Amino acid sequence: MTQPKTIIEKIWDKNVVHEEEGRPGLLYIDLHLVHEVTSPQAFEGLRLKGRTVRQPKLTFATMDHNVPTVHTNVIKDEISKIQMDTLRKNCEEFGVPLAGMGHEHQGIVHVIGPELGLTQPGKTIVCGDSHTSTHGAFGALAFGIGTSEVEHVLSTQTVWQQKPRTLNVKIDGKLGTGVTAKDLILALIAKYGVNFGTGYVIEYTGEAIRSLSMEGRMTICNMSIEAGARAGLVGPDETTVKFLEGRLHAPKGDTFEEAKKMWLSLQTDEGASYDHTVTLNATDVEPQVTWGTNPAQCIPINGTIPNPDQAKTENDKNEIKHSLKYMGLEADVKITDVPIEHVFIGSCTNSRLEDLIQAASIIKGRKVNPSVSAIVVPGSQTVKRKAEELGLDRQFIDAGFEWREPGCSMCLAMNGDAVPPNERCASTSNRNFEGRQGADARTHLVSPEMATAAAIAGHFVDVRTFN
Amino acid sequence: MEPLVKHLGLVYPLNRANVDTDQIIPKQFLKRISRQGFGQYLFYNWRYDEKDRPREDFSLNQPKYQDASILVGGENFGCGSSREHAPWALEDFGFRVIIAPSFADIFYNNCTKNGILPVILKEAETEQLIKNAEADDYFLTVDLEEKKIYDNQGFNATFDLAEYSREMLLNGWDEIAVTLTYEDKIKAFEQTHIVY
Ligand code: SF4
Repeated sequence: MTQPKTIIEKIWDKNVVHEEEGRPGLLYIDLHLVHEVTSPQAFEGLRLKGRTVRQPKLTFATMDHNVPTVHTNVIKDEISKIQMDTLRKNCEEFGVPLAGMGHEHQGIVHVIGPELGLTQPGKTIVCGDSHTSTHGAFGALAFGIGTSEVEHVLSTQTVWQQKPRTLNVKIDGKLGTGVTAKDLILALIAKYGVNFGTGYVIEYTGEAIRSLSMEGRMTICNMSIEAGARAGLVGPDETTVKFLEGRLHAPKGDTFEEAKKMWLSLQTDEGASYDHTVTLNATDVEPQVTWGTNPAQCIPINGTIPNPDQAKTENDKNEIKHSLKYMGLEADVKITDVPIEHVFIGSCTNSRLEDLIQAASIIKGRKVNPSVSAIVVPGSQTVKRKAEELGLDRQFIDAGFEWREPGCSMCLAMNGDAVPPNERCASTSNRNFEGRQGADARTHLVSPEMATAAAIAGHFVDVRTFN
Repeated sequence: MEPLVKHLGLVYPLNRANVDTDQIIPKQFLKRISRQGFGQYLFYNWRYDEKDRPREDFSLNQPKYQDASILVGGENFGCGSSREHAPWALEDFGFRVIIAPSFADIFYNNCTKNGILPVILKEAETEQLIKNAEADDYFLTVDLEEKKIYDNQGFNATFDLAEYSREMLLNGWDEIAVTLTYEDKIKAFEQTHIVY
C-alpha cells in the first residue's frame, strides 16, 4: 500500500512540475486571481520584457480594494481611478477576463472566486493578496503572493515554492448558540498567538469544522494568515460539493460527477501524519472581541482588558502598554463597558450572504444607537442582489445602517471609507492593525452578529443574552 | 535586481515585535502603479504626524540613521498584508539587509525577490545588535557568500538562507528567465494536467 498522505501532500504531488532535493519545487497554478492594487507593476514588467500571459483562461481579475461604495458612477479619487483604468487596459491587452466596476459579478476577489465556482477542491490558487487563504475552505491549496510572483505566474503559470510543512488544527466539540466561525478563529489565534502557523499550511479538522457551512469555513481559512500561515484548508466533503453544484464556472453534467469523485478522493488519508498538531475545543469558545492591535489581543465578551502589570515578560508588558495607548483603553475595564462610534459589516472575512442574514437576524425591529454610524458592505454584486431579494437591505436601512455597494471598503480604508482618528469601530474584518481602518482608528474585530448587537447597544454586548 | 554579495552598512534598530506591512507602507500609498519612489513613505504613520510633520520621537527621523542600509527588527517582522510595496519602500529608502529573529513568510519571500537579504538571527543576537546600534555610526558587514555577519567590535554570527534564494541574490537573477528554462517541462505537464 502507498504511504497515507494529507490533502496538502496530495495537491502538491498533483501540481508539482519539477522538484529537486533541498530546493523549492516548481508548482503549477490552476487559478490566478488578480486585482487592481498588486497587479499594475506585474503587467508593466511583462510589457517591458515583451512577455505574455501564459494562460489567460486560468486567470481572473476584479476590482475591489479601491472601489467607492457610494456614488460608484463617478470615481472622484483620481489616483484610484488610474489604478482601475490600468487594470482594465491590462486585462484587454493581455486577454484576461475581468469583472470590473459595473460588472454583475464584481466584488471582493475572495468572495467572487467561490461564488462563481472558480474556486474548487484540489486547485492551486494564488492572488497578490494575503487573504487568498480563504479559498482553502474548498480543499484548495491557496496562498497570497507578492507582485513579483504575480508577474511570474502571469508569465509562466507557476511559482517556486518550498514544499509546505503541515499543521493539523483539530477543532472538536460543538459551537454554542450565538458563537460563530469568526469567534472560533479569533479564539484560536488568541490561544496560540499571531505566528503559530508561520512556515506551515494548516489543515483544519475535527467535528466543529465538519459541521460548519462553506461560509463559516471560508471565515476560518481567511484568517489563517493572521496566525502566520500562508494557507489553511478544509478537506472537501458533501457540503463542499453541494455548494459548487450549478455554479457558473463549476463543471457540469458528467464532468461534474467526474470532478466530484476526484475532489472527494483528496481527503487526508487515515493514518497520514502532520508535522505538528494543535487543538481547540469549540464547546468552550465564547463570542470574542479584540481589544488590541493584533488579532491575538483578543478576549471573550465577558472578559476584562488585560493589565500590563500582570504580563509574563517585559516584552509582553511593553506590547500591552503600547496597544492600550493606541486603542485609548484602560486596563481592567470590562469590554462590555467600552462604547463604540462605528460599525463595519463587510470584508472578505464576513460579507457573504450568510453573514448578512445572521447580522440582520439580531436587529429584531431595533435601531442603531444614535451615537453610532454603521455601514453594511456586501462582498459582491451577487451577494448584494441576493440580499436585496431577501429584503435584508430594507431591514438594515430601516434600522439605521447604510447599505453600500460591494468592495473592500473600511476593511483597509483605501477607498475613502475610513474610521476617523481616535474613534472606535466594531468591525467584522480580519485586521486590527494600527491605522488599518484609517489613521489612528481603533478597530475591534468581532463576528457579524456581535457587530449588529454593538451597533444597537452603542457598546459591546454579549449577543447570546442581547434581547 | 541588484546582486548582493558582501554588504557593509550602517545599522538602524527598530525595537518592536510584529511590525506589519501596513506600518511599513500604509495603504494610501498603494495606489501608485510604478515600483519606484516608495521610500519617502516608508513607516509613514510613525515618521510623520497628521500634518505631515516629522515626528521627533520616531527613531528613523534621527539624523544619525539617515544613511542606514541594515535594519534590525523584532520577531514576526513583516506580518500582515502581502503588499510587495513594503520591500519596495525599504529598498527605495536604502535598506539592503533586514535582520530579525523571525519573519512572516510572504514578506520574507518578497524581500529575496527585490534584492533585499532577510537574515534570521537568534533573539539574543538581534537584541545585542539593537543595543549596539543605539550608538552613533554602528556598522555591520554582511557576507552572503560565507553567510556571516560581523562588526569591528567582536560581534560575529552566522545565518542560513535557502540555497535557491542565495543564488538569486548573489547573482541578481531575473526569476522568470530562470523558470523559462523549464519551459519543456511546463509544457509537458500542461498536456496531461486537468483543470475543471
Ligand atoms: S476585504 Fe480586506 S482583507 Fe479582504 S481582500 Fe479586501 S482589503 Fe484585503
